[in-house]
Amino acid sequence: MTTSLNKKIDDLLRQHPDLKNITPFVDANATTPYLKDESKYTRKLCDSIEQAIKKCELRDGMTISFHHAFREGDKVINKVVETISNLGIKNLTLASSSLLSCNSALIPHIEAGVITKIYTSGLRGKLADAISHGLMENPVHIHSHGGRVKLIQSGEINIDIAFLAVSTADEQGNANGVSGKSQCGALGYAMVDAQFAKKVVLLTEDIVGYPNHPASIRQDQVDYIVKVDEVGDPTKISVGAARITSNPRELMIARYAADVIEYSGYFKDGFSIQTGSGASSTAATRFLENRMRAKNITASFALGGITASIVDLHEKGLVKRLLDTQSFDGTAGQSLGKNRDHIEVSTNVYANPASKGASVDELDIVILSALEIDLDYNVNVLTGSDGVMRGASGGHCDTAAGANLTIIVAPLIRSRIPTVIKKVTTLVTPGESVDVLVTDHGIAVNPNRPEIAERLKAANLPIMTIEELYQRAVSLTGEPKPIEFEDKIVGVVHFRDGSVIDVVRQVKD
Amino acid sequence: MKIKKDAMAGTLESSDLLVKVSPNTGIEIVINSDVNKQFGDQIRTVVDQTLNDLNVTDGLIIIDDKGALDCAIKARVQCAVLRGAEEENLDWSKLL
Repeated sequence: MTTSLNKKIDDLLRQHPDLKNITPFVDANATTPYLKDESKYTRKLCDSIEQAIKKCELRDGMTISFHHAFREGDKVINKVVETISNLGIKNLTLASSSLLSCNSALIPHIEAGVITKIYTSGLRGKLADAISHGLMENPVHIHSHGGRVKLIQSGEINIDIAFLAVSTADEQGNANGVSGKSQCGALGYAMVDAQFAKKVVLLTEDIVGYPNHPASIRQDQVDYIVKVDEVGDPTKISVGAARITSNPRELMIARYAADVIEYSGYFKDGFSIQTGSGASSTAATRFLENRMRAKNITASFALGGITASIVDLHEKGLVKRLLDTQSFDGTAGQSLGKNRDHIEVSTNVYANPASKGASVDELDIVILSALEIDLDYNVNVLTGSDGVMRGASGGHCDTAAGANLTIIVAPLIRSRIPTVIKKVTTLVTPGESVDVLVTDHGIAVNPNRPEIAERLKAANLPIMTIEELYQRAVSLTGEPKPIEFEDKIVGVVHFRDGSVIDVVRQVKD
Repeated sequence: MKIKKDAMAGTLESSDLLVKVSPNTGIEIVINSDVNKQFGDQIRTVVDQTLNDLNVTDGLIIIDDKGALDCAIKARVQCAVLRGAEEENLDWSKLL
């Protein structure tokens, strides 16, 4: 400090003692030392994931987060956790927006105590099987996509470091999923983590010139950037739950769902729609085009979870705008990059019940899948009827709560397993949010929506009670013997508002 | 009906089952099923009943079930046994 400044500060503090916490000026780059030399261009770039982890000062007991926009093609989650494991860091909370079959490589790191707590929308494959059989001491916390943001806002999920796969990033961290080699499309989950995490590390195959545009994740949110060989395989986004079907039974259910939409009373000019993951759900879109043209109506927006078939309707002018938090296939990702009215939204905007405005609240119609639905229209999308976790909460309860018309599509039986049962194994979406069940054997309408039942009956659709559907299912399969569980709780299911709606117990073998 | 040689019926597709039969002294039945927890007892009942109706008292019966309905289980077991028994003259009324 110069002598003259010294005297001025002394005078200031004598006259205004309440300003004692002011900082006297030192030099132009006191807080920006990288501006003294050319290191400003490279200050965020790390040579390796390991270096980024060290710079972020990851320690035992912290929380790390990821997004799952690459779904089964993700190459980042397993790789980062392996690197962390090699550094000997333990006792971490893993808060990935979801985990899929490709994450079975996490099992040894859970066994070794690297990861001791998990928050996720869902679990599939070997990892799900192992956790259902008691792999972890702590139960896994299952949340919806909107509910995840609520848990982050409330501090229950307190992200120390977010490791976010992006398709391209510039040296400051402006990043997106719609350019470069491996594109995942919308970064709706990652946008939330970039906002809330204490440290944000981007992983990308491609570091591009400044400024990268569009910037789903912005430079002011990003601490470090690592160039990696691969972030994900986009061709594996649309496998598993997000697959395209040619199965005639699934297509038949999809056509019934389109019938329900047409005669529900909500099929009006300017309507809005979301199709969830699951073959029949995404396929229903394909049956809507002719009906929309015949009635000369267009949709104001589609929300999601955007698929190629939704993009097709958009490009034909039948859906005005697409609000996209996760692109379900390569076509959707490309559309986000090129179509002006295909708009990326964070999961906070998409579905958080605690946000100041969630898009699900504006939805007219949502089509969703179910592993099980019971006589009270409660839905399970998490556990199979053998009690093992094999699905995801996703946006199920978020959109069911927000939409005016919630349609569940499911085959009445899957091999010998009835879908309609007396009581769901695990409750994810309460029946009060569910309006219509569409199966290949008939359609049931929740008794609390008699006006919809009347409209569908008038259109000669095969309306039955859900009890009749149940009887039909068990007449084919026989009555399933109840699954036996251990006492140990392996999963805690959160409703979208963060409250606990059910638990999952360890399966007995 | 006597099982004279190894025979098979069915597939490993979802909602189907694969039945293998072999000659044996006494009856031995092994059932593996994807839906064993919920339906193991019912599957065993259908298999026993079907073998009983065909008067099969000796044979090794191995079943790999992929969630087939009772009608499919019955048909596949009958088919495998008939192939194994090299039966030329069928009493169709017994197969219903």
